[in-house]
Amino acid sequence: MTAIGFCDLTVSYDRTNAVVGFNDLLHSGEWLCLIGPNGAGKSSVLRAAAGLVPYTGSVAINQTEIPAASARWRAQHIAYVPQAPVIPTDMSVYEYVLLGRNPYINYFASETSHDRDVIDRVLDRLDLVQFAARKLGTLSGGEVQRLVIARALAQEAPVLLLDEPTSALDIGHQQQALELVDSLRREQGLTIISAMHDLTLAGLYADRLVLMHEGHRVAEGTAKQVLRSETLAEFYGVSARVHHEADGTVVVIPQRSSRL
Amino acid sequence: MSTSVITTRSAGGRDKQSLSFALSGAVVAFMILVGLMIGPAGPQWWRIPAELLDHVPFVSLDSGISRADWNLVWQIRAPRVVLAALVGSMLSVSGASYQGVFRNPLVDPYLLGVAAGAGLGATIVFTLQRETTSSWIIDPLPLAAFIGALCAVLVTYVVGTAFGSVRSGTTLVLAGVAVTSMLTAIQAFVLQRNSDVVRQVYSWILGRLSSATWGDVRLILPYVVVSSVVLLLHRRLLDVMRVGDDEALALGINVRRVRLIVVLAATLGTASVVAVTGLIGFVGIIVPHAVRLLVGASNRVVLPMSMMLGAAFLVAADIPSRVLASPAETPIGVVTAFIGAPFFLLLLRTRDVSR
Repeated sequence: MTAIGFCDLTVSYDRTNAVVGFNDLLHSGEWLCLIGPNGAGKSSVLRAAAGLVPYTGSVAINQTEIPAASARWRAQHIAYVPQAPVIPTDMSVYEYVLLGRNPYINYFASETSHDRDVIDRVLDRLDLVQFAARKLGTLSGGEVQRLVIARALAQEAPVLLLDEPTSALDIGHQQQALELVDSLRREQGLTIISAMHDLTLAGLYADRLVLMHEGHRVAEGTAKQVLRSETLAEFYGVSARVHHEADGTVVVIPQRSSRL
Repeated sequence: MSTSVITTRSAGGRDKQSLSFALSGAVVAFMILVGLMIGPAGPQWWRIPAELLDHVPFVSLDSGISRADWNLVWQIRAPRVVLAALVGSMLSVSGASYQGVFRNPLVDPYLLGVAAGAGLGATIVFTLQRETTSSWIIDPLPLAAFIGALCAVLVTYVVGTAFGSVRSGTTLVLAGVAVTSMLTAIQAFVLQRNSDVVRQVYSWILGRLSSATWGDVRLILPYVVVSSVVLLLHRRLLDVMRVGDDEALALGINVRRVRLIVVLAATLGTASVVAVTGLIGFVGIIVPHAVRLLVGASNRVVLPMSMMLGAAFLVAADIPSRVLASPAETPIGVVTAFIGAPFFLLLLRTRDVSR
């Protein structure tokens, strides 16, 4: 079944096209990773799907086109984790995750006990229970990332968008965050679209990679198909070796031009 | 097991919340009582509570207050206290809402042009000779100030959203700064040509509660009630907006609409109180921040708490304003800043150290 579909999605800022005619269909439970150099349009695809930038073309959830005017409906179906989330330092962990319930709470109403149950479950699942009363300002980078994912989970949306989810984390926390997303995807059948810079990690976790360049899709497929040194040289301008492990992992290693 | 831990925690938070609400309510009631008891003339202060109790049904107490003295308390002091409470709560809750909706700790309704617009409106009326205008059926002074304030904010809003990114609150604040300086310049120009009214305008700008009547209270009450209710209804949404426009939008909030409604409500309420009392500065910034330092930054608590403590603060500030230079009045704006600033610095200092 198709979880989310893009039809001819075009995003322009001041007459410059950031994304041109992007088409894709993701089936439920699929993990798609957008890769490409800075300014290729990866984030713009995610921001358009989250309703943060105006676009032409359409985005559909379960074959239903997203109504342009309804931020609430969109938020019930698409959860968005930004690259650099705004963290109000004196908000508590519990309050922050509770914000994820906003799409289900009427304009002037407040949370129901069902909303609180959802939050309790999410905190429990993400091992954040002992943090519930802590202020966000006291958390480490890895904990904050887990927390932002927790807020997205509280939205109970079938589609999760991750913009550079690991860029601020060390290698251990990168792995933890992506493992967490991967296990949540398996448990709850989430459909995931992420934009990532680390090509090795992208290839390791995603089912499918889409390489973007200047707003266009230029390559698509598995890690093995997309991550080839001539492709990377052409679009990233990088000279890199691509190494294939026995278990199928594709490793991208940048090369130094001269070694003393 | 884990669930019960969380539930207990948030329940504990709610207990603490109700306690702070109850305490603030007590502070407001106490300040209003003190405000009624103290004044340059009138009956002995300790007789007032007895007389108040006497007015409660089924209670009969002889307070020994003469009819004339009680009239003084009821017709002169009481409206003043009630007006101070209304104005204080309106300015504070507006300030808290503005700071929430723009995610900027230095913003209050004055910044988008309310103060400058009202000031210009009042200045124009003063230059038209008070002797002529005061005999009109409707006093044009509050009306001109009210219209000036609303027009100024309207211009700010139209200009601020016409340029640049519509979702950025910063553009709006900058537009407010520009509109304010332009209106202040016009006001200075008008004053320059009519230097005889400088003194009157100056004292209006510093704000006053001295001439308060029940009529003033009735005049602003509808605006204050409607604005406050609208703002309080948005307190949960203001909490969601603490994560920024983009994320609030991704969480399903129509950021532009919420900002427009909150700005309109806060402006309308502020314009109405400014029209009656002049520009009482500092309250809209200091009270919400003091509340945040005391109970945390969640707008669900900050908004109602600001209303209550703002009322208490202005009633309290009005007492020295009456008796300090008695029989003359010390402008309330002077007192709020003179008492408020050191108090706020103290709070800032102690809270920062403890963190």
